[in-house]
Amino acid sequence: MMSTLFAILFYFATLVFVVGTLYRISIYTRTPAPLKIPTTPAPITTGGVVLRMMREVFLFESLFKANLWTWGLGWLFHASLALVLLRHLRYFTEPVWAWVAFIQPFGMYAGITMVLGVAGLWARRIFVERIRYISTPSDHLMLALFLAIGVSGLVMRFVVHGDVIGVKGFMLGLMYFDWQALPSSIGLYVHLSLVAVLLMIFPISKLLHAPGLFFSPGRNQADNSRDKRHISGWAKQLEPKDMGNAK
Amino acid sequence: MSATITAPPYRVIPIIPVLKPGAMEGSGPYVASDKIQEALGFPGHLVDNWHDQAIAKMGELLGKYRSLKVYMDSCVHCGACSDKCHYFIGTQDPKNMPVARQDLMRSVYRRYFTLPGKIFPKLVGARDLTREVLDEWHNYFHQCSECRRCSVFCPYGIDTAEVTMAAREILDSVGYGQKYDNEIIGKVHKIGNNLGLPAPALRDTLEGLEEDVKEDTGIDVRFPVDVKGAEVLLITPSADFFAEPHIDSLIGYAKVFHAAGTSWTLSSFASEAGNFGMFIGNYEQLRTIALRIREVALELGVKRIVVGECGHAWRVAYSFWNTLTGVGDGADPNDQFAMMLQKQLDHRYKQPMHICEFTLDLIEQKALSFDKEANDKHIITFHDSCNVARGSRMGDYPGGQFDIPRNIIKAVANNFFEMNPDTTHERTFCCGGGGGLLTDDLLDLRVKGALPRMEALKQAADEHGVNFMACICAICKTQFSKVLPYYGFERNMVGGVHQLVSNAIKLGAK
Repeated sequence: MMSTLFAILFYFATLVFVVGTLYRISIYTRTPAPLKIPTTPAPITTGGVVLRMMREVFLFESLFKANLWTWGLGWLFHASLALVLLRHLRYFTEPVWAWVAFIQPFGMYAGITMVLGVAGLWARRIFVERIRYISTPSDHLMLALFLAIGVSGLVMRFVVHGDVIGVKGFMLGLMYFDWQALPSSIGLYVHLSLVAVLLMIFPISKLLHAPGLFFSPGRNQADNSRDKRHISGWAKQLEPKDMGNAK
Repeated sequence: MSATITAPPYRVIPIIPVLKPGAMEGSGPYVASDKIQEALGFPGHLVDNWHDQAIAKMGELLGKYRSLKVYMDSCVHCGACSDKCHYFIGTQDPKNMPVARQDLMRSVYRRYFTLPGKIFPKLVGARDLTREVLDEWHNYFHQCSECRRCSVFCPYGIDTAEVTMAAREILDSVGYGQKYDNEIIGKVHKIGNNLGLPAPALRDTLEGLEEDVKEDTGIDVRFPVDVKGAEVLLITPSADFFAEPHIDSLIGYAKVFHAAGTSWTLSSFASEAGNFGMFIGNYEQLRTIALRIREVALELGVKRIVVGECGHAWRVAYSFWNTLTGVGDGADPNDQFAMMLQKQLDHRYKQPMHICEFTLDLIEQKALSFDKEANDKHIITFHDSCNVARGSRMGDYPGGQFDIPRNIIKAVANNFFEMNPDTTHERTFCCGGGGGLLTDDLLDLRVKGALPRMEALKQAADEHGVNFMACICAICKTQFSKVLPYYGFERNMVGGVHQLVSNAIKLGAK
């Protein structure tokens, strides 16, 4: 019964996540950027833009300039989350890829640092007057969600050990349409339900900052407006078709 | 009103101020009259179905500007920007934190354009667009100078200026515009410049300047207008024609052209570099105002277009002119509109070129010579103007906009000191009067917004004896002339880079 429910839930959540996120990305792609608005000083070449973007994605360069506490906690959380996600690939691959096996021990401790990062960010949201002022209930809930996912995962890893073989069988079964039973465990139910929630709210929440960054004109445009004419869709329509008769 | 305006005290240690909710609640600008609005094709006053029209306009803008769409979705309320705005620092009003300012619009976006906001508005901080919210927009989106300082620090590059521009565009479209900006745009269309200086008066002024310079230097420095076949068309803010200290920089440009032997001309038709179309976020206005320059360039047959000292004008010229008017390089050969002009321009030079690029090129070629001692009475610092610093470039490499004006100053004067590096270059603080807020009805805001810059200036004055702040923006010059006295400085402490050039340049030597 629970196995069927979770199978349906995960198919649905994955569908919402993939279709929803692709839909948002398609909107971003379709919407024109009529003017050149990189925040300068900006790279002059496309290669430079790629580097700038990599620095933003991997090092959070702008946030580093802004506030060291937010940067430290935010980077700790995101880097840990990335490691944790990569570690979880072991539940979806057979045989487990060598590099996934290699990061396994780091990934486990990353679960701890991820929770610490979230807790720190939440403390900031509660105790710093300015951040408290701008926080909405959903901002708090989002942190609660990550905290609960992290804690439930850690509990299964370090306190009441889950049936990892069974979970892997279930996940591989979902992927290859060869459904297997999900081990019965409250911790696992909680963990997986929350992950499904996270997948489903991704395309309709502030989690869109992840794809959003890549489409931010302030960061993804090259500073070459004098050397190359930039003109997009509707702006071009404003120009007279035949310039021969113009003054 | 002005009797009650006082400068906020300097912060002993520049800590982040505590919040004073509602501190600037009733501090919005005057509303544009029917006449001003209608001259620009906007409704004269708030339309009856403003709610539906505003939402429809917002939907339209979300479809036309990727920036707005991505910025509305991407903010995570991390607070990186929350202490970066000079108006927040000066007023302590939490709605002047960039993220909170954006949220004035984002809350409405969420309510009408996102699923969670439609179902659970309270949960995600979504709000109906009520009359109170609209008033709040008019108030707080005119307490943003579109200086982009927040965008430097945002991990996603969210630029509050884009949000402010969209908000002003929506307000205009429902008949709730700002008097100062829209009145000025009307003047550009009607008379040709922001200050409403008609062509005959302009010619008189320039003739008078020729006499003044002759008296001062004994040399015939010309200020040509509407000269067909001139090499250079100079587009400069109209404040340069008569405001103090702006006019001293205009004299500086003329002396540089004279010393270099470059033929140049001003235009009585396009006698304004400023483009308030950007401030109100209206693409059509921005484009129409910019097209005047194209028209004149074609008519006079000039080979080069050079832009005078003006911050937002340089952003428009550098970043937008190529798009809007074809003034630039690299158009598609089939792009008839742009090619028509680009074929005429001389692409051995940058198009358009900043007057500072022009002057420094000559200095580096040793085509100009200076008597640096003439500036010895000045102990100089340089204020980076926001639109130059964060919205444009000069020279061939990123950050050239910081080095080029400084290198000019160092070439023409002996005493130069930097202000606190947290307040210069890309981190520069707005003068407090940019973005279409340079009006007396916002003086209280302007004085408060100048606080972080004044603190840095005070420090430089105390440590190095700085007594002159050079800049390259007409709005900065006017704003500082007005607010410096509130902070105990002399109003003539501010001036242009080419004012210093003018003081030191040797005419007739080469």
